[in-house]
Amino acid sequence: MARHTSIESTSNRRWAIGFTAAAAFLFVLYHWIVPNSPQPVHDFVQGWFSNANTNEMIVYIIMALGLNVVVGYAGLLDLGFVAFWAIGGYVAGWLMSSFLGNFQINIFGNPAPGLEMGIHITFWWVLLLAGGFCALWGIIIGAPTLRLKSDYLALVTLGFGEIIPQVFVNGQDINGFNLSNGTQGITPIDPIKFFGFRDLGPFDLDYKFVIYSVICAGMVMVSLRLRSGRLGRAWLAIREDELAASMMGVPLMRTKLSAYAVGAFAGGLGGVVFATHINGVFAERFNFSISIIILAMVVLGGMGNVWGVMVGAIVLSWINGIGLQQLGNTINTTFNTDINFPSFNFLIFGSLLILMMIFRREGFIPEARTRLVMHEHDRDNEEVQ
Amino acid sequence: MANALQADAITVQFGGLVAVNDVSFSVPEGGIVSLIGPNGAGKTTFFNVLTGLYKPTSGVVRLGDEIITARPPHIIAKHGLARTFQNIRLFGLMTAEENVMVAMHSHMRSGILRTLLKTPHQRREEAQAHARARELLDYVGVGRYASEYARNLPYGDQRRLEVARALALQPKVLLLDEPTAGMNPQESAAFVEFVRRVREEMHVSILLIEHDMSVVMRVSERITVLDQGQKIAEGTPDEIKSDARVIEAYLGKSGVEGGR
Repeated sequence: MARHTSIESTSNRRWAIGFTAAAAFLFVLYHWIVPNSPQPVHDFVQGWFSNANTNEMIVYIIMALGLNVVVGYAGLLDLGFVAFWAIGGYVAGWLMSSFLGNFQINIFGNPAPGLEMGIHITFWWVLLLAGGFCALWGIIIGAPTLRLKSDYLALVTLGFGEIIPQVFVNGQDINGFNLSNGTQGITPIDPIKFFGFRDLGPFDLDYKFVIYSVICAGMVMVSLRLRSGRLGRAWLAIREDELAASMMGVPLMRTKLSAYAVGAFAGGLGGVVFATHINGVFAERFNFSISIIILAMVVLGGMGNVWGVMVGAIVLSWINGIGLQQLGNTINTTFNTDINFPSFNFLIFGSLLILMMIFRREGFIPEARTRLVMHEHDRDNEEVQ
Repeated sequence: MANALQADAITVQFGGLVAVNDVSFSVPEGGIVSLIGPNGAGKTTFFNVLTGLYKPTSGVVRLGDEIITARPPHIIAKHGLARTFQNIRLFGLMTAEENVMVAMHSHMRSGILRTLLKTPHQRREEAQAHARARELLDYVGVGRYASEYARNLPYGDQRRLEVARALALQPKVLLLDEPTAGMNPQESAAFVEFVRRVREEMHVSILLIEHDMSVVMRVSERITVLDQGQKIAEGTPDEIKSDARVIEAYLGKSGVEGGR
C-alpha cells in the first residue's frame, strides 16, 4: 500500500506545484508585467486573458470542484447547482454590505466610509457562514429528494435551480421585507482587507486573484483528502453500485447527503467569491445555463478527477467568458465576415456534452487513465525488486 | 448448537403471487448450509429478505440474538451479515484494495472533519484499514492486484475479491450467492476447499445458494430445498440425494430413476 499511496501523492504533488506556479505566474503577469509592457502586449493580454476573466475562472473552478463531489464522486446528477451559487452570493450580500440597514453589526468587518450601517462581517467568516448555510440548504433539499432514482433527482434539482434564483429576482417585497433588492441587486460589497494593509476594491483584481487562488487551493485539498478517506470511498462505492454499497454497510442516505452538503458548501464559497469579485449580487446572473456549464466542466474534465475538473473549468470558463468572443472577432476581421459567435455558445456546450457522452464518457483527463498509467510504473517497480 | 442465523415462518407475497411461503430455516454457528432449488423456487427472494432488501409479508429473521427483519441493508450488514452476489457486483472503478476498505465503513469512525484535518485518530484508522485490506486480499489470494481496478481482475479473482470484501465486514454469517457460477470443475473444487478454510479460519457460518450439485454435496453439512416458494426437504447431503420429492422437483416425476 505504501508504494501505491506514494505514487498517487507524487502525482498530486506535481499537480499542486503546477497550480502554485501557474497562480504565481499569473499574479506577476497581472501585477507587474502587463502594466509595464508596451500597449500592444497590454491590449493582447487584456483582450484574450483579462484578469477579470481569470478571477471568474477561479470562481468556476471552486464550483466545479464542488459539483465534482456530487456528480463525479457520488454519481448523483445535479442540474440545479446554480442555486447554491446564488444563495452563497446573497449571504455575502447580506453580511458584507449596508443592505440590511436595520441592523448595525460589525464583526471584524470592513465597511467603506459612509456605508457603516447594515451588517459587516469579515470576508473569511462570511466564506464559512455562506458555505455552512448552503450546506444546510443542500441537506434540506437533499433529504426528501435523494431517495429518488437518478432521473427524478435530476428533475427535482433542476426545479430547485430555477426556483431559488426566481425567489431572489422577485424578492424585493416579501410581505414588506426586502430580501434581495429584486433585479437591482445588492451593491456595493465590502472590500476585502488584504493582510490588514490594503482594502481590495473593485479594481484590485490582482490581489484578489491571490486570495481567490488560496480559497481554490483549499477546495482542492478538501476534494483530495475527502476522496482518499472513508467518506470518499463510500461515495465512489455508491456511484459504482448503490445496492452493493448498502449491503457492504454504507448508509445510503447519510452518505449521499454528505456529498450534497460538501458540494453545496463549495457552491456557497463560489457565491461569496463571485460577489466580492463583481462587487455585488445580481439576481439575473444566476440562470439555468450556469448549472449546465458547471456540469459540462465536470464531465469534460473527467468525472471524479480533481485535476481534470480544474482543466475543464479553466477551458470552458475561458470559452464562455471571452475566448469565443475573441476568436469570433478575429475570424470576423480576418475573413471580413459578420458571424455572431457568442450566440453559438450553447450550441457548443450542448454538442460537447453529447459528444463526450458518446465518445469519451470518462472525460479528457479521467481518473481511470491517470491511475492506470501510474500502475504500470507500479508493476515495473515490483519486477525490478 | 446455537443458531447464527434463524428465519422463522418467512412469507413473501408480491401482490397475489406468493414467492416464499412459510419457510423456516436456520444456519447453525460455524456451519456450512446450502439452499437449493430449481429456477424460480424463491431462493433469491429468500436471500433478499435475509439481507434486508425485501420486507417479508410475515415472519422474523434473527441474526444471533438480534431481530433484523426488514431493517435497512446497511444496518444488517453492520450486525454481521455479509454477502456476495450471483452476478459479481464489485465497485468496478475502484481498486481491489478500496473495494475491501468500503466494507470497513461501518467499523470506522472518521467523518468529514477528521478526514480534512487528518487527525492522528484518522491516520491510525486509515493505516489499520489499509493493513487489514492487504491481509484480506492476500488471504483470498488476490494480493498482487491490490491497486488494480476491480473490473480489470480475471473472473475467478473477482469472485475471490468479493469474498474478501464480504469478510472485511467481520461477518458472523457469510451468504454466498452461486459462488461457483462460471467456474470449471477444477476451479469449483478449489473453491470448495477455500470455503471450508474461510469457515475455519474466519469463524463464520456460511450459507450457500448453488446450482452445481457436486459443489453443494461436497461442501454442505445441511441442505434445504425450496420449490415454488415452499420448503420441500431439509437434511444432510445423503438424505437429500435420496429424497424423492427433491428428485421430482428437479427432474420431474419420470426422472426419479435417473436422479444424481
